[in-house]
Amino acid sequence: MTVSVRRRGRRVLPPLALALALLGVWQLYVESGSVDALILPSPTDVASALYNDRGLLWDALGPTALEVLAGIAIAVAIGMVLAVAIHLSSTLRRAVHPLVLASQTVPIPVVAPLLIFWLGFGLAPKLVIVALICFFPVVLNTLDGLADVDPGLLKVMHTLDASRWATLRRVELPSALPGVFSGAKIAIVVAVIGAVLAEQAASEQGLGHLIQLSTAELDSARSYAAMVVLSAFAILLFGTLTLLERQLLPWAHRTRRGDPR
Amino acid sequence: MPAKGAMQTRLEAPALEPLQAGPDDVVAVEAVTRRFAPARRGGEAVLALAQMSLRVARDEVVAVVGPSGCGKTTLLELVCGLQQADGGSVRSEPAVYMPQRDLLLPWAGALDNAALALRIAGLSRTQARERARPLFARLGLSGFEDQRPDALSGGMRQRVAVLRTLLSGRPVLALDEPFAALDALTRRDLQDWLAGALAAEPRTIVLVTHDVEEAVLLADRVIVMSQRPGRAVEEIAVARPRPRRDTDPELVALRERALKALHR
Repeated sequence: MTVSVRRRGRRVLPPLALALALLGVWQLYVESGSVDALILPSPTDVASALYNDRGLLWDALGPTALEVLAGIAIAVAIGMVLAVAIHLSSTLRRAVHPLVLASQTVPIPVVAPLLIFWLGFGLAPKLVIVALICFFPVVLNTLDGLADVDPGLLKVMHTLDASRWATLRRVELPSALPGVFSGAKIAIVVAVIGAVLAEQAASEQGLGHLIQLSTAELDSARSYAAMVVLSAFAILLFGTLTLLERQLLPWAHRTRRGDPR
Repeated sequence: MPAKGAMQTRLEAPALEPLQAGPDDVVAVEAVTRRFAPARRGGEAVLALAQMSLRVARDEVVAVVGPSGCGKTTLLELVCGLQQADGGSVRSEPAVYMPQRDLLLPWAGALDNAALALRIAGLSRTQARERARPLFARLGLSGFEDQRPDALSGGMRQRVAVLRTLLSGRPVLALDEPFAALDALTRRDLQDWLAGALAAEPRTIVLVTHDVEEAVLLADRVIVMSQRPGRAVEEIAVARPRPRRDTDPELVALRERALKALHR
């Protein structure tokens, strides 16, 4: 019991200490008067904005969280299908690869207004934007996983007369699942940025909208508070996905550490 | 050029006369040539096998020993249909390949790994497990049914891999240095275990190994291959009763004979 508490303490303490130290430096810097509080509010100002505007922030988190979660879900679904298709057909790989790459160079702030003209002010354009920037890491990591199967095992499958589908289902897809999770985890980080950009293009709700509004009102403490909420949400989501992966794919976790393979 | 001269002599050394084809032969490799394209453009093509012949009767265990790079694995892949010969002929009943490393599915338990072939053949998970269970128990793996490979020792993993091969239902098992990755003690253990398993479940086996001791311990016949390009240079019948002991003077003599042929 005490041991586990101590071990947990050892895990939580370093990030906590570092965060506190950075906040301390930030606070001193702002209080020294070398920067306008309108540009950089102090941590204590942000903290009180977090507390005072908690209702506002909470209401804004809802729509953003929905966009992020649904966007990632769509990206994972499309990404996996696309990865399998590319894996199965080298022709498709050659045809699709440049397009997939090109899709990632699209500047979101430029296409966001276009998508809104096209799809309206609702959820749809936000989902498109989040999914668009999220499916790339999913596709790449899933593809890596699919191709990561030992050639010896493929030979075994061949001599067992396994069909292409059987090899995919019994060997390649399961071995790609850790890659799907890695892709989704990377996607979280870009998803929150995508959601904010999409909301700033046109929205009456969400954290992106709140940040835009607060900045216009010169309430930078609230802007920063919204960013803190966004970061906290992303970290929470990342942690949840990590836990979920350990639950669903315990073998991936253990082989990576223990086995020289 | 002395190297070329040495190569010349080796090529001129007499190959074994092909054995009389018997109706019982399950595997028949006749004067096979296998050539690999050069790795680089302008490089030389590699001749892996030249005039290699091999016959295996039903339920016979034939060990193929040879120096590294002599084309042993190529021979095995030809038998399994994983490669095509450039010359000569290869005839074999369906053979299942077992690589050196166990290559179990890390997400599946031991019994499910052993039953992989049955799943591929279309059985449900329950059916496949039930069909695999008796042999699993008979070969001393009871209690490990639901252990994932990462919880098993190297020796246990290799047993499961052998079982997966046995349960494939293929008439021929092609084992590619199945115990080479294990430590010496575990290897001895597994060799005894495999000998016992084969007594219980006789199969036609082509066992490729560089371990002469393993070859005479397990096989009915040992074929010694030459340096690349590989060819059979010696054939040794091991007519000793089982279980065999590696201290058996006759086995020791056969081992010496095989080693001598290997270093010729």
